[in-house]
Amino acid sequence: MRIVFKTSYDADIRLFKHNAQAFWYLLLFAIAILLPFIVSEFLIGEATLVLIWAICGMGLMILVGQTGQASLGHAAFMAVGAYSNVIYQENFSLPFVISFPLSGLTAGVAGALVALPTTRLHGIYLAIATLAISVLTEDLIVILEPITGGITGLFAPDVQIFGFTFNRYGNPVELYWLVLGITFIVVYAYRNILRSPIGRAFAAVRDSEVSAKAMGVNVARTKMVAFAVSCTITGLGGALMGHFATVFTHETFNLIISITLLLMIVVGGLGSIHGAFFGAIVVVLLPLLISVSRDAIGAYTGSGSITIPGLESGIFGALLIGFILFEPMGIYGRWLKIRTYFELFPFYRKDMFRRQKSYLKTERTQ
Amino acid sequence: MSLLELKNVTLRFGGLVAVNDVSFNVEEGEVFALVGPNGAGKSTIFNMISRFYTPAEGDIYFEGKSILDREPHDIPSLGIARTFQNIELFEQASVLQNLLVGRHTHRRSNFLTDIIFTPFVRNEERAQREAVEHVIDFLDLQPYREKMIAGLPYGVRKVVEMGRALAIKPKLLLLDEPASGLSVEETRDVAFWIEDIKKVMGITVLMVEHDMHLVSAVSDRVMALADGRMLAIGSPQKVQNDPAVIEAYLGSDHMSGDGEAA
Repeated sequence: MRIVFKTSYDADIRLFKHNAQAFWYLLLFAIAILLPFIVSEFLIGEATLVLIWAICGMGLMILVGQTGQASLGHAAFMAVGAYSNVIYQENFSLPFVISFPLSGLTAGVAGALVALPTTRLHGIYLAIATLAISVLTEDLIVILEPITGGITGLFAPDVQIFGFTFNRYGNPVELYWLVLGITFIVVYAYRNILRSPIGRAFAAVRDSEVSAKAMGVNVARTKMVAFAVSCTITGLGGALMGHFATVFTHETFNLIISITLLLMIVVGGLGSIHGAFFGAIVVVLLPLLISVSRDAIGAYTGSGSITIPGLESGIFGALLIGFILFEPMGIYGRWLKIRTYFELFPFYRKDMFRRQKSYLKTERTQ
Repeated sequence: MSLLELKNVTLRFGGLVAVNDVSFNVEEGEVFALVGPNGAGKSTIFNMISRFYTPAEGDIYFEGKSILDREPHDIPSLGIARTFQNIELFEQASVLQNLLVGRHTHRRSNFLTDIIFTPFVRNEERAQREAVEHVIDFLDLQPYREKMIAGLPYGVRKVVEMGRALAIKPKLLLLDEPASGLSVEETRDVAFWIEDIKKVMGITVLMVEHDMHLVSAVSDRVMALADGRMLAIGSPQKVQNDPAVIEAYLGSDHMSGDGEAA
């Protein structure tokens, strides 16, 4: 077991708790950079997709995991990011370096506007309202045909940065590195949120709104900021998704994507950056795993390739139910338990992570 | 000028008059206690001062200015901090983070500088941490600094909540039953802390408490309430021996006027 001696307040401010932790994360980042030299081009494409999902997941995680506000409509903000990014490039002929951050900003403003009326709602009502936004956005994209291309969708041009071209098929490795760099920036921003006053305000709103008010936290404003930050990040992820998909329509960002995003962060582990990444890996690798095992079973039984409609969503749903029943903290929660088991070996107790029953709360005054 | 002044305050919930024409002043530097049976309107008065409720009639002044046009989240920055009867801490955060939320009104950064984590934010964080460490030292919370609230015993939570209110560095501290559910030793600690809060920190205290030993030990003045009305106001001894107070607690046919209204 490691004991960290803290000799200054900076020990709690800096990004890594101790040098060994910094070493492991830097190693992970180094492996991520060198990944194209290790695995095939196909897997690099999948890895790019994992990172894009993780960015979108981190966006939603800010809202759900950090601020405790449900959203069943985050695909709408992915769509805002993807569409505005391409529209800025095509209709205003802005370069990617400007259109990309601008698309995140657009999604952020959209999120803040949505937050104005919806943050008065709580729990299930907020979920329903955001669900409606997801459905509405799909329809809006079809209606706004002149700029969105309607049901034929939009074609995302190659990403051009200072003369370098990034294309999923032409040069997937470069696109992977670009997405990796953006992922790095998002993770850094997320960590900054966690260690600064705004992150504590988010947590305060999540755990007790009454108490947050009594501490001087403007709850309505904090929720709006959470929506704005969350939608900005998800919008950036959506913009990347647009470039990755090359062609996208209203159906690329439909309700199923919204729900998948939410399931993803729950399975990964709510309230942590790790959770977004674990969830993204599950979302991307599950279809891959299913198709591989389907082929294997087909070859084994000699019945050829078998297709069962809805198998993927069925397995995903079963996974989710399993996690909610047996591991509400998600994959990251399980990982923490396993790590603690070995760190404390042989002193790990079964109930170490059991939540204490919380004490009676004050009757809500509002 | 009194620090806090309630003037003919009335609050109704539908047909029920929870607080009926109550007036009192809290002077700077004193410990003022509200006592009374359950449902007397003590916590309701607290909720009006922290602006969760708006009185139907009357006015509330803090440092001579009406606070009725303020939102609940403006109240801490005026210099009024509070605790809750049933503990309202941020469960999924550490003691340190809970106390740091108490510094929220003192933050000078905004969410954009926070996300970039500029050197200014870093320095601010150091300063806020130092302020919080003073509170931790004051309340002997060092062993619990890194602990999650969700796993802490009740007595410690009570202290953390008081610490979080102190982290605001208020002029007026509202304590809602600081000793309820605490052991005799813990209650004695609370009594010492309230003394120190008043004398060392110079913070005025307004508290609701049922433990009459604690009330008479620490408070300068006491106000007794029943059914939303004021019964008596004055020194702890005077209020405890007031016939109206004894009647409210024990009924009109009580055996002897021993004055132990608890």
